[in-house]
Amino acid sequence: MESLTLSDVEQKYYSELFLFCDVDNTKKVASNGKVLDLFRAAQLSNEVVHQITELCGATRLGHFGRSQFYIALKLIALAQSGLPLRVESLNSVRDLPLPRFVMGKNEQEMRHVVMFADTENQGPYLPRPPGRVQAKKVSAHEMIQPCVPTVDPQPDTTSPVVSPNQSPPTSPHAWRKHKRQASGGNVDRQPSVPGVVWPPFREAQPGPVTGDGMWSAHSPPPVQESWVSFTDTPPSCTLPMHPPSAQPESTTVRTVPSAMTTNEIQRQTSGYDDPWKITDEQRQYYINQFKTIQADLTGLIPGSAAKEFFTKSKLPILELSHIWELSDFDKDGALTLDEFCAAFHLVVARKNGYDLPEKLPESLMPKLIDLDDSAGVPEPDPEVGFSASPVEVTPNKSPSMPSLNQNWPELNQSNEQWETFSERSSSSQTLTQFDSNIAPADPDTAIVHPVPIRMTPSKIHMQEMELKRTGSDHTHPTSPLMAKPPELSEETKLAAAIKFPGTTVGDGYSSSDSFTSDQEPISSAVNRQRSHSGTSPEGLKVVAPPPPPPRPNASHSRSSSLDMNRNFAAVPAGPQQPGVVAFPPAVPPRPLPTQTSVPHGHRSVEGDGLPAITSTSPQQMPEQPNFADFSQFQVFAVDQPADDGEKPSDSGQVERCAETTGTMRTAKNDVQAEERNATTVNSAKVSTPLAPPPKPVRRRLKSEDELRPDVEDLPQKSTVIATVLATQPSIPRSIGKDKKAIQASIRRNKETNTVLARLNSELQQQLKDLLEERISLEVQLEQLRPFSHL
Amino acid sequence: MAVCIAVIAKENYPLYIRSVPTQGELKFHYTVHTSLDVVEEKISGVGKALADQRELYLGLLYPTEDYKVYGYVTNSKVKFVIVVDSSNTSLRDNEIRSMFRKLHNSFTDVMCNPFYNPGDPIQSKTDLMKWQPLNGL
Repeated sequence: MESLTLSDVEQKYYSELFLFCDVDNTKKVASNGKVLDLFRAAQLSNEVVHQITELCGATRLGHFGRSQFYIALKLIALAQSGLPLRVESLNSVRDLPLPRFVMGKNEQEMRHVVMFADTENQGPYLPRPPGRVQAKKVSAHEMIQPCVPTVDPQPDTTSPVVSPNQSPPTSPHAWRKHKRQASGGNVDRQPSVPGVVWPPFREAQPGPVTGDGMWSAHSPPPVQESWVSFTDTPPSCTLPMHPPSAQPESTTVRTVPSAMTTNEIQRQTSGYDDPWKITDEQRQYYINQFKTIQADLTGLIPGSAAKEFFTKSKLPILELSHIWELSDFDKDGALTLDEFCAAFHLVVARKNGYDLPEKLPESLMPKLIDLDDSAGVPEPDPEVGFSASPVEVTPNKSPSMPSLNQNWPELNQSNEQWETFSERSSSSQTLTQFDSNIAPADPDTAIVHPVPIRMTPSKIHMQEMELKRTGSDHTHPTSPLMAKPPELSEETKLAAAIKFPGTTVGDGYSSSDSFTSDQEPISSAVNRQRSHSGTSPEGLKVVAPPPPPPRPNASHSRSSSLDMNRNFAAVPAGPQQPGVVAFPPAVPPRPLPTQTSVPHGHRSVEGDGLPAITSTSPQQMPEQPNFADFSQFQVFAVDQPADDGEKPSDSGQVERCAETTGTMRTAKNDVQAEERNATTVNSAKVSTPLAPPPKPVRRRLKSEDELRPDVEDLPQKSTVIATVLATQPSIPRSIGKDKKAIQASIRRNKETNTVLARLNSELQQQLKDLLEERISLEVQLEQLRPFSHL
Repeated sequence: MAVCIAVIAKENYPLYIRSVPTQGELKFHYTVHTSLDVVEEKISGVGKALADQRELYLGLLYPTEDYKVYGYVTNSKVKFVIVVDSSNTSLRDNEIRSMFRKLHNSFTDVMCNPFYNPGDPIQSKTDLMKWQPLNGL
């Protein structure tokens, strides 16, 4: 026998027809006569009838068994629909209208079958099952009516369902089976009736409803038995039913649990969702109902309104509660349109006798769009700390529900959480990166303060220009010329700044405004600092006084130099200003900065040329104290003072001496002469301690000071030479004493030679050191230059 | 896993009690009832502190030789009590917290149902289903 799948309607119809044909009451075989009559009543050509009989296998068997009969009926329906008669089409064709037979009684039967739901048609045709069904129908109607007060036609039509609820004696699940047939019939007759919406409920429950049970409800026990025989596995028959035909052409095809477990399974799986699918008419009806409650289709129905509405269905509160749990997908206490439709659908199903599913069928699930909208709806639960938990719980709530839709709110919220987390992490990363930027890249530069003392004025100017250019933030305000000590201090400040990026800078160094400004972009500040340090060796970068850590040169001179820096900062850049600036430094005990600046100023002055000479004169005045310092230097030199300032002072003095010599060269003033004298005096003074001073100078001035001693040495040398020369008496004085004199002079010469040689060696060494430092600093400068230009 | 879960209303009557049927449920009912005293004590202990500051999770209420009782209170004074078998490898605190969190969510969903009257015994099937894994039933 070919496999056959029949819808409920078809089943019923066919069974009735079979009974009709079963004049012999055999319940198994339809008499051929009757069958043939019936077939002819189908208004088909005889050939077709013959073909049908052949196809159904009756010719083989010689009689119409139930299955053959059914097959034949199906084929008739096919034929009447105009479809080719093929065995395959038996099962493949869906939504096949019932075969129509133009027979009086059959017609009636058919009509009644069709108008199954009609309460008015309770009269005639009432084979047992329909009668029973109709009785239930009435009840269903009554049940349904209050639910749908607005839909008038419904009571007439629907109730398709007469739910076999009460019926199935044999199967407890029988009532699950929904009577589609009525819907099918309704469809045929009243396709336009919105009431069809109700019938929609003919979908079979996915549960193991026994079609048998159902059939048993509608068919007399013997038929039931036959059904049982017909069917293989009553309980296992799932009768996934296709969506009830709200449309005229749709006749639900039901998998008859007849020997086709495989088909059943296939149909079951394929039609799993279909039973719960909402047809268009149904949906339209639901939408209309939705509008009565909430005009806005995109809005929500509050729980209370929904409760009122569904309470009208007279379902028990428990079931309504369950329906609500199923349909309120996003658990927000309100129903969207989709949720409302799902709830309504479930109510209808329940009223029609369908068991409520444990989980919401997929076809009833609200769309993702709704989920997205509702995902943002805050949980009504005001509990703190649970904002995220519902997300994670949702999968647990309905484990059987498809996870796709449920993951949306979860993902949304979890994404939010993750986003925040990532933001936090990223911020932390940025912080760390920030910190890393703060870390000094060149600690060496900070420590080293190789501020070359020897600065050509041009260089100084260049550096000043550089400072001005690069130091937009560094407000070094100022004085383009910064004494070396200031540079040193700056370097120390730089070092400090580099190492104590933002913190120490602002501490106690009010002058370091530029530096504070540097703090903001610390990295750039560091770079600038580096640039400072890099450029400092070359010259006097007017670096905004980086807070000099007490470290190196913790000498007071540095601090004084800070003050100097301020002073310098205050003073606008200018080559001549250094001189002015240098003036105040004269006061401090160790006017190193001044001295250093002065010489630089002098240098610059020299570089500038004659006009600067005048500036030197005022500078020379302050030099006076330098002389005093010089004496101090001497003292210190003797004592080997550790002050670096002295060296600069010495260097300054020496420079001044040199300058004075230079001025001498220029031949200027009495002052110069005085200076000259002073220098000579100094030189005299210096001559003796000449040896020692260079040494201490060399030791202390590691960086800039080294240059100074050089500078000092040079003038010292010159002075020494001058003194030597000066002291050297003319040889041809007296020959009488010549020997002694010569010897004395020779001795002296030797002494001077040794001294000079020593000095020379020392100077050479210093020169080497300075050159090395210069090279290193130049390298640093090159490295820092790009940063400074950034 | 938990052997008993109970939801107690604000007025200290049970809304939902579910326990592993293997053992006498009455015993768990009694345990839950007695644990309410501890819960009350913990709640009232934070007298002056606002409810917000009071943590919802109460922690271990009291242990016995057979089981441990954990408590949890919502802001609406609805109490959750979980009884855990001591023989179980002691569940970490986080696990207990997560159980309470799930319980709370389920309870919230029940509350959201307009057909549920607060104060009625909870008969939600889905809620029961959700609590099954908690119970390990």
